[in-house]
Amino acid sequence: MATTITKTETLVGKRIRRREDPRLITGTACYLDDIKIPGMHHACIVRSTHAAAKIKGISSQAASELPGVVAIFTGADIAKLGAVPCAASLPGLRVPHHHLLAQDRVYFVGHPIAVVVATDRYIARDAADLVEVDYDVLPAVADPEKAIAAGAPPVHPEWPDNVAFTFHQEGGDTEQAFRDAEIVVKQRITSQRLIPTAMETRGVVAEWRPGDKAMTLWSSTQIPHLMRTMVAGILGMNENLLRVITPEVGGGFGSKLNVYAEEALMGFVAMKIGKPVKWVESRRENFTCTIHGRGHVDYFELAAKRDGTMLGLKLKLIQDLGAYHQLLTPAIPTLSVLMMPGLYRFKNISAEIVGAFTNCVPTDAYRGAGRPEATHGIERMVDILAAELKMDPAEIRLKNFVGNDEFPFPTATGLMYDSGNYAAPLHQALETVSYESLRKEQTAARAAGKLMGIGMSTYGEICAMGPSQALPAGGWESATVKVEPTGKVTVLTGCSPHGQGEETTFAQVAADELGCDIDDVMVIHGDTAIVQYGIGTFGSRGTAVGGAALFYALQDLKAKMKKFGAMLLESENVVFGGGACVDEATGKSVSFAEMATAAYHAKKLPPNTEPGLVATHFWEPPNFTFPFGAHIVVTEVDRETGAIDIKRYVAVDDCGKILNPLIVDGQVHGGVAQGLGQALWEEAVYDENGQLVSGELTDYAIPRAPYMPWIESSHTTTPSPVNPLGVKGVGEAGTIGCSPAVVNSVVDALSPLGVRHIDMPLTPQKIWNLIQQGGRA
Amino acid sequence: MNRKISVTINGKRHTDEVEPRLLLIHYLREVAGLTGPHIGCETSICGACTVMLDGKAVKSCTMFAVQADGRDVLTIEGLAAADGKLHPIQEAFWNEHGLQCGFCTPGMILTTKQLLEDHPNPTDHEIRHGLEGNLCRCTGYQHIVNAVKAAAAKGGA
Repeated sequence: MATTITKTETLVGKRIRRREDPRLITGTACYLDDIKIPGMHHACIVRSTHAAAKIKGISSQAASELPGVVAIFTGADIAKLGAVPCAASLPGLRVPHHHLLAQDRVYFVGHPIAVVVATDRYIARDAADLVEVDYDVLPAVADPEKAIAAGAPPVHPEWPDNVAFTFHQEGGDTEQAFRDAEIVVKQRITSQRLIPTAMETRGVVAEWRPGDKAMTLWSSTQIPHLMRTMVAGILGMNENLLRVITPEVGGGFGSKLNVYAEEALMGFVAMKIGKPVKWVESRRENFTCTIHGRGHVDYFELAAKRDGTMLGLKLKLIQDLGAYHQLLTPAIPTLSVLMMPGLYRFKNISAEIVGAFTNCVPTDAYRGAGRPEATHGIERMVDILAAELKMDPAEIRLKNFVGNDEFPFPTATGLMYDSGNYAAPLHQALETVSYESLRKEQTAARAAGKLMGIGMSTYGEICAMGPSQALPAGGWESATVKVEPTGKVTVLTGCSPHGQGEETTFAQVAADELGCDIDDVMVIHGDTAIVQYGIGTFGSRGTAVGGAALFYALQDLKAKMKKFGAMLLESENVVFGGGACVDEATGKSVSFAEMATAAYHAKKLPPNTEPGLVATHFWEPPNFTFPFGAHIVVTEVDRETGAIDIKRYVAVDDCGKILNPLIVDGQVHGGVAQGLGQALWEEAVYDENGQLVSGELTDYAIPRAPYMPWIESSHTTTPSPVNPLGVKGVGEAGTIGCSPAVVNSVVDALSPLGVRHIDMPLTPQKIWNLIQQGGRA
Repeated sequence: MNRKISVTINGKRHTDEVEPRLLLIHYLREVAGLTGPHIGCETSICGACTVMLDGKAVKSCTMFAVQADGRDVLTIEGLAAADGKLHPIQEAFWNEHGLQCGFCTPGMILTTKQLLEDHPNPTDHEIRHGLEGNLCRCTGYQHIVNAVKAAAAKGGA
């Protein structure tokens, strides 16, 4: 037993390149469409071309006669199967039965009607074109405000007012706050429908093994375990006989945080035809049938003193739900209400949500999920108030921030903000742009006839979702750590990432805690037959909840390893660290691998200790975490074209402790890109008949490389006390902080024309029209 | 009526009978068994399917396989050296965190190869315009721009 050189270098906090990348940069990763199984068939889905219609008949004769077609299923075939699930519950929520295939009526363009199965994907698509659906077209409604107005066509005939739910939340005494107010500003603000647009569309492969009455389902999803439970329920099979595997996932952004009709439908098809079957979504289907995000019409009233002190907020929020509830659809606007106070101290809030059915694809969680809408609203309202009071937008924010000595801070909406220093990122951002001289520059630019704007947002968000009380299927996360007999380490995480880099960050945490080489750590996720039950990756929870679960599992494992170390060293006074166990009295040590071998060979065991080195921890977070930050955007608007040039984009984000700065930078950049997409370009446009006009990438403008500004990203660090890693979450921060900063900047640029508010997206056409009309919308 | 085509893919000759309407991307993925080129839109907008045809970057979702008859195709699988040593562009994307979910990455890397052949020392403007036909939803492009610069500094294409 020699003295072992212990490992002292730590990896947490370092810019380490990702361990998942070699397979991705060589084209050898296995995404859903890369899966091939002998005998595999292909499915194509026939979808409604109308937003509202009765189905008078379906003729599939010609399709079924096409050589290679093996089966065609319609609504009647699946009528007795379970429904597409909605996990959210609200008092009085109206939940339409969401069949896997339409029954006698369709409710949105893209509504699945039939599934065609063939030996080849080209044949399946040819055959789908031959299926004829006879429709009796009905009037449709695609606008949520029109939907809840008198006389609108009913989306679901049983609920003619199109109201799925109303929900009130009160905090403090809002009426008194408005009586005390010296100024009240009001504004209608929309957050338009967006299309998440993961670069990989959705897809499913199902394989039924009749001998075992068991199924394997591959799905491009963020939630493999929840998928297993729910799809088993829909199909009426035992969930332990269903194995869900998540292959490489090409982006999610919330759009794969769902259980769609197609997963259970492919399971059903595989059972019926006795062959494996694959369905891969086309981009057109991805736009018409995968959830959209946002879809708010918000009416705000903000009460304040003339010195800028905010007193209270009233909100009426109309949420465009679409035709059905997907997994979390009705819950998303409730998150908006929770986030309404932003970073500010005022304690009086009154909010009413009206959930409106429309003849559109359902909305649900898209990056930020309710928090971008809230942040956009409050940050626009603060600017509108500042403009009315002729106050500087930075000054009014600093005046109203929750103070550093007020944490943990209970909000008007019932949250408990964990930790913060809200002024710090704003000060850092103001210094970065040299705010005072920038304002002088703006004065000079205006004098020269230029439309220069400076805008900011100071955002907060609710992350690390979350305590189980707050999530329908639980908000904990799980991790298993196994030290194998040779001393190699396997980590199993219930969080299945899809680009966030946890194979790297979790390996950093494990290597630091165990003191082993990071190359000896393997992180596995996304297979329900291998990994213990988990919740999934969404709501900026991967590291803040899944990472914390891993940390605790590692502590359990270290404690057990230490027992083996003490046994081998024949001493009770040992220290575990740096990849070894050391007897402090003698300096003798045993290596990591020696302890591992001893635990498995088990020739001798420490008292009351079982062989093996495996630890599993299910961690229930005691609270959310609340990251925050400040973004400042400098713009110039071209009077002749209405085009917006982003001169500078400064982002200062506080996401708590940073495990890997390289990955955090990437999350911020990507988040900002999606916020900028909403602010400037993206909009899911339905016409009055419920046709999705922006139905392809040709018509839906996601950011491209030449249009993205350089993002000057930096951080302040306020560790979260909620979890042992001190992390808060960063996946959605950029998106949440971005859009109000951009719109505030452009409104500031156009304020000399009298512009006070502009709804997104700020297309050149919209801006040009405003300029032509002298600022009057 | 099927047509016989002969295509050199990553230095290896493939001869197959294909439907005339078979898209090149489907030929590469379904017939030749590759997994690098991806299908993101089927409308030539996103660039996930980008491969090099006779040395020029093309979007293989809007070409027929028969149009590649007698020609030379390079996909991401053929970019690293035979001994597995990564191409400088691959290495740069890895070092600079130029990818997250990775779905756009094979197309992005091959477009970068074309870009660096056209502009060995590209400006930011040239990089961003050179990548305009390739969509990435994860990165905001900033780390990709860094990766292209790093690859250029290492001798690029």
